[in-house]
Formats: sequence, structure tokens, C-alpha cells
Amino acid sequence: MPRATASTVDHVARLAHLSLTDDERLLFARQLEEVLAYAEAIQKLDTADVPPMSHAAAKDAFREDVVQEGLPRERALEAAPDAQDGLFRVPRIL
Amino acid sequence: MGGLYELSASEIRKRVAARDLSAEEVTRAHLDRIAEVEPRVDAFLTVLGERALEKAQKLDRGLKAGAQAPALAGVPVAVKDVLDLEGLPTTCGSRILEGYRPPFTATALLRLEAQGAILVGKTNMDEFAMGSSTENSGYKKTRNPWDSSRVPGGSSGGSAAAVAAGLAPLALGSDTGGSIRQPAALCGVYGLKPTYGRVSRYGLVAFASSLDQIGPFARTVEDLALAATVLFGHDPKDATSAQAPVPDLMKELPRGAAGLRIGVPWDFLREGVTEGTLAAFRAALQALQGAGARLVDASLPHLPHAIATYYIVATAEASSNLARYDGVRYGRRERKPGLRAMYGETRDHGFGPEVKRRILLGTFVLSSGYYDAYYLRAQKVRTLIARDFEAAFGSCDVIATPTTPGPAFRIGEKADDPLQMYLADIFTVPANLAGIPGLSMPCGLVGGLPVGLQLLGRAFDEATLVRLAAAFEAATDHHRARPPL
Repeated sequence: MPRATASTVDHVARLAHLSLTDDERLLFARQLEEVLAYAEAIQKLDTADVPPMSHAAAKDAFREDVVQEGLPRERALEAAPDAQDGLFRVPRIL
Repeated sequence: MGGLYELSASEIRKRVAARDLSAEEVTRAHLDRIAEVEPRVDAFLTVLGERALEKAQKLDRGLKAGAQAPALAGVPVAVKDVLDLEGLPTTCGSRILEGYRPPFTATALLRLEAQGAILVGKTNMDEFAMGSSTENSGYKKTRNPWDSSRVPGGSSGGSAAAVAAGLAPLALGSDTGGSIRQPAALCGVYGLKPTYGRVSRYGLVAFASSLDQIGPFARTVEDLALAATVLFGHDPKDATSAQAPVPDLMKELPRGAAGLRIGVPWDFLREGVTEGTLAAFRAALQALQGAGARLVDASLPHLPHAIATYYIVATAEASSNLARYDGVRYGRRERKPGLRAMYGETRDHGFGPEVKRRILLGTFVLSSGYYDAYYLRAQKVRTLIARDFEAAFGSCDVIATPTTPGPAFRIGEKADDPLQMYLADIFTVPANLAGIPGLSMPCGLVGGLPVGLQLLGRAFDEATLVRLAAAFEAATDHHRARPPL
């Protein structure tokens, strides 16, 4: 059963905020299908009592909740494609 | 070769400390070498010529005034363009970050500069470190110094090629699934992926946060250990950085291999390794035995699932990490009316095909209806792989494999077949999944091209890897081979 069709790619591309061209949609559908078909093998493993591993860090790191100096606002805005009045500027959404 | 660019980092440091050589002379020699060879290698995205000379002159003035020579005094270092250096371009090999100048510097680079290292340039890489050939760079293709028709490996291909070509004795890379070890093997140099948490990632552009780790490239074990010693250590700015004590790796160099048990997962190696690479691997094992190590069989039954597991976990994390490139805070923006159109067009134009492929795959495996079957399942298999290593290290100290199934492939050879490209990472991805350290070292030439021996160790036991690598280096001449540039 195919997992990744062009419409799957459309759905996922929308979630990921990618505007794909028609050529990209077809190419990625084929390539994703190949990779997912390969990955199918892990479905056969018995993982019933196996806990998921999210990272390999020795332990979680905690610190005191103390206010520290951050990046000054002007510096944080320096690399922005568009900024105004100390804020990031984006296209109108209303 | 024949010049200052041939010197190892430790030789440079010794001579600069003795004031027999100035940091400026060393830096100029490497910048000259870059000017001469770079057109044939294309290892760099930015050469920091002026800045490097200024830093070298400043160091020389300090030494002249009687300052102690630090651990990397006057040593040129090439840095993968995935690490931030304040006020200077950091592209990550991506057009979406073209022109971006970070407002801070990575801890790894601060540590190098605090020890007198001279950063000579930012090296080429697969876009966002996604790839095994450096062909996915949005800027240029780096050539393998051993054969200009072949890839240097990736994703840290520029750093590996720079060290192999004598453009710097040391370089930094990042390794998420083999991106230090694989290019090190294909370019005939040493590469170390430290234990997860060993090196601070503050200022490293994130690809897959549960897997990424920074590490060094070098042409000798001693240099690799020297760089690692400077890089290792806790950093409060990186919550995943470990508190573990940092070993004196230099002390490991003369200890020899006697008494060490090397596990070899033969079941896993029988398929997919090219004949020449397997022969070089067998000869390397013999040399290690000759040096006093003992070979044992290692069983790692879940390793055949490592590639599938890795490409689910890594892409899932990447799809989340790369959500930040939205044309709002930094980087490229496509001017489109409406927020969604701006996001979509910015990302479609800014990212290359491999990055889009991985974002799509990662978004898919995390999406409603598929999360349990793919992402959660992969996380569980990751546990099984980590357990395999834990069990195997009960009866051996180090696990040895070839670093890659074969030597460097031709530019373009695998570019249209992502799955084939992924499958070549089979020996390197398990270490990232388990969080353990891995070291790749030159172990011979196959058809005139270098191949690597990979040593994997217990978490936080880089010391034993360095010890065994030094014993191998002392017993063989593979590390002396130089590309015909």
C-alpha cells in the first residue's frame, strides 16, 4: 500500500509551510515512498515492552530560575529581514 | 608537501611556544597554501584571512611580552560553517541563511580561541549538515583532495578536505549520523565524534538535537587528542552538556593496546562492505592484534535497523528545528502578500531539495495517524540499539568496524538516489543513536583512495579510543599517506 502519494506530500508540505512546485511534489512523493518502504522493516520488531528513547543525555539539567541578561533587543533585530519600532515586521494577517 | 603547512598542531604549538616560529608565519603559510590549493578543492565558504592574521599578531605580541603559550598557540583551525562566529557570515551551507551574521560565538570556538588557535575559515558542508557528500551545499561542491572527481564525504566535507589538503592541521565538524567520521575516512584523516554531551553545542546550528555533536579532525592522533581536550567540558549555556569529568587524553597516547578487547560485529559486516575496504579492515585488525589487543566477536542484533531508525528520528527532529527559518527573524525572506505565502515561498526558495525531502519526511512521521507507527516505533528501536551496545561492552572495551562500506564515490554518483546515499551511513549512525563516542582513522588506500577504521567506545570513554588509535598509529604508516595535490 502506498504511503506517500502526491496528496500526502501536499498535506505534509502545508503542515511544514513549504510551497512546492508540481515537479517537486511528484519527485518527493516517489522518494518518500521509497524511504518509507525501506523503513517498513522496523514495524516487524517486537517493541511491546520497550520504552522510547528520546535522547542520550546522562540526565535532565535543572537550574535555578534566575533572571539573566539576554541578547539586547537591537542585536536580536539586526538580522531581521524587516523590523520596525523594536519589533519584527511580518505581512498583514488581518 | 614541503612547508609549514605540513606541520602537526602539536609541532606548531611547540615551536610557537619556543618562539622558534611566530603564529603569524604559520598563519601566512596556511593562507598561502589555501590560495594555492583551494581552487582545486573548494573546501571553504569563507576564508578569514585578515582576522586570522590579526589574531596571530596579537598572540605573537603576547608571547613576546612573556605570556605563557596556551595549548593551541598559533594552530590554524578550519571551522565547519555550522558554528556561529559573531559578526561573520554563518550559512550552514544554505541559501536561506545567506548574509546572516550571528550576534554570538559558539562556545567551541571561544574555547579554541582562548587557547590561541587561529581560525582560518568557515568550511563548506551539506546544507544544514544533511548529506554524506557535501554535494547538498547551496554554494559549491568540495572535491576530494585524493581525486577531484570524487566527493570528500559529508556533511563536514569541507573540514575533512581542508585537513587532508594541508589547509589547516585541525578542523571542527559536527556529526549527527557520521558527518565527522565518514568524511574523515574518505579524505584519509582522523575524525572524532565525542560522546553526546561532551562538547557544548551553544552556537551550533541545530539539525537533530538528540544526535548532534561537535568534534575535531586532525592528521595525527596526538592532534586529535589535543583538540578534544580543549573542546571537552561542561557549559552552562548548553543544557545537554554533561558534567562528566574530562580525562587527560594526552596521557592515553603512549599506553599501548595490550589488554584491550576489541569487539567485531562480523554478522553485521558480512554484507555491503566492498572487497577492498573489508581487506583493509581485516589488515587493521591484525595490526591491532599485533599491538597486543585481543579480538572478540560482538553481537549487535538490532544494527540492521539503525538506518531506518535514524532517518525517522533525525528527520523528525530536523522538521521541528528547521521550522525557525520562516523569513521573520533572520535569513532570507521572499516578499509575498500574506503570511502563509511568505513562509511557503521563503522556505521553498531558501531550502535545497535534500532539506525539503527531510522536512517532509520528518513532518510525515510526526503527523497525526503516523506518529505511533513511525516516530514512536523508531524511538523504541533506538532503545534496542542502545541496549545492544551496552550488552556488547560487557565483553569488550572497543567495537571496531569499517567507517564506511567503501571509499569516496564520484561526484553525482548517488545524488539522484537519496535512499542509496542514506544506506552508506550504516556503520556511523548507530553511535549517534546510542550517544557513544566514535573515532575514524586512516587504515589504508583502496585503489588510491583512503578508507577508515572506526572505533566505538563506551559513553564518556574517549580515552580508550585515543589509546587504541595511538597504538594503531604507532604500528602502521597509514596516517602518513598524503593526497597527490
